[in-house]
Amino acid sequence: MKIAIIKYNAGNIQSVAFALERLGIKPVVTDNREIIQKADKVIFPGVGEASSTMDYLRQSKLNTLIPILKQPVLGICLGMQLMCNYSMEGNTRCLGIFDEKVEKFPPKNKVPHMGWNTINNLNGPLFKGLPKNSYVYFVHSYFVNTSLYSIAECNYIQPFSAALQKNNFFATQFHPERSGKTGEIILKNFITL
Amino acid sequence: MLAKRIIPCLDIKDGQTVKGIEFENLQLVGDSVKLGKYYSDNGADELVFLDITASHEKRKTLSKLVTRIAKEINIPFTVGGGISSLQDAAAILSAGADKITVNSSAIKNPELISLIAQKFGSQFIVLAIDARLENNQWVVYKNGGRIKTELELFSWSKQAQYLGCGEILFTSMNHDGTKNGFALEPLKLLTKNLNIPVIASGGAGSIKDFETVFSYAGVEAALAASVFHYKEIEIKKLKRQLSLHGISVRDYQ
Repeated sequence: MKIAIIKYNAGNIQSVAFALERLGIKPVVTDNREIIQKADKVIFPGVGEASSTMDYLRQSKLNTLIPILKQPVLGICLGMQLMCNYSMEGNTRCLGIFDEKVEKFPPKNKVPHMGWNTINNLNGPLFKGLPKNSYVYFVHSYFVNTSLYSIAECNYIQPFSAALQKNNFFATQFHPERSGKTGEIILKNFITL
Repeated sequence: MLAKRIIPCLDIKDGQTVKGIEFENLQLVGDSVKLGKYYSDNGADELVFLDITASHEKRKTLSKLVTRIAKEINIPFTVGGGISSLQDAAAILSAGADKITVNSSAIKNPELISLIAQKFGSQFIVLAIDARLENNQWVVYKNGGRIKTELELFSWSKQAQYLGCGEILFTSMNHDGTKNGFALEPLKLLTKNLNIPVIASGGAGSIKDFETVFSYAGVEAALAASVFHYKEIEIKKLKRQLSLHGISVRDYQ
């Protein structure tokens, strides 16, 4: 099993690699198009700011590769947001895999939404074996509304998409690599898709 | 529902965990990585590692330790101690930490907060504030509580929020090490005045102290060291009690 983690100017790539190593898999962290294309699974992690990250993806031409990948792809946090059409963060046009826009939380409660929150309306293979209201770790100031792509929902200030899926593209707003045992189950489910 | 967070704090010196009783008379309490793993397996929601002797020569040692921790644990963790530049922050991030704390370096150069926030996001930067109540004012101290500054807790935390800081970790020097409970009044005010999460630190002695700091002061997280290190309070038991009192916590069984 070859798993490629897309390398770009974002934080937490190392944490994702370590999480897979704890599951007994040695991933390749790379921005090489060919290696990414040939991998069995691809993870697109992310912590950072949308517009500068999209600039980087364009420079390294990863912006044209990611949307045409055929194997299972998992976007995490900013990775998920960049897989949408558009982000209000830096007024950024994104990869357009999910026909959704990324909005900023209204300041009705503390932002960023940071910490452990419950996910529900779980759907599909990523959440196999998880009870409803499982806790996962979130850190984000922007969100995607619930939509027909939602495979998990969370509520903070308002209901939003905790995870999305369209065909081979999966994405989580939370960080499975930092979500304890629950996160391990989700990553394991992705690996064994 | 967003859970209240329980955060064990591990003070480290040369890769070992120590706990300073009121910042003096350091005592070794064990291997940092093992302790971190123990806590992440036993209900901790997050960990904070503070390198209390960080110096430039030891920066590499700290990065290596951070990587060892990141390999072992599957919950978020924060690293602090001697981080005084964007490069220091970048090194800790790439070693595998989720957040950093700054303290004295941000007092010296508040712009460091905005630099780090712009480069790595607000969620990455926590401002640690040590303050002591003197003549009715919470006076901010730096250098591990050794040097008094001109700053005052509430205005400094507000300024830090404006600069892009993602969380405030407030330690009351009057309460730290006493085990008589957290500094409830300033914590309540901080939580009310800020739009970013507040972590309470200093004074945890009993389960009741945690319950009060969440229900009365409304903080998002509570941090403690010795009550956890010496197993005076078990996190699972603590969470069960908090849950019984209607405070939402993660996985307390």
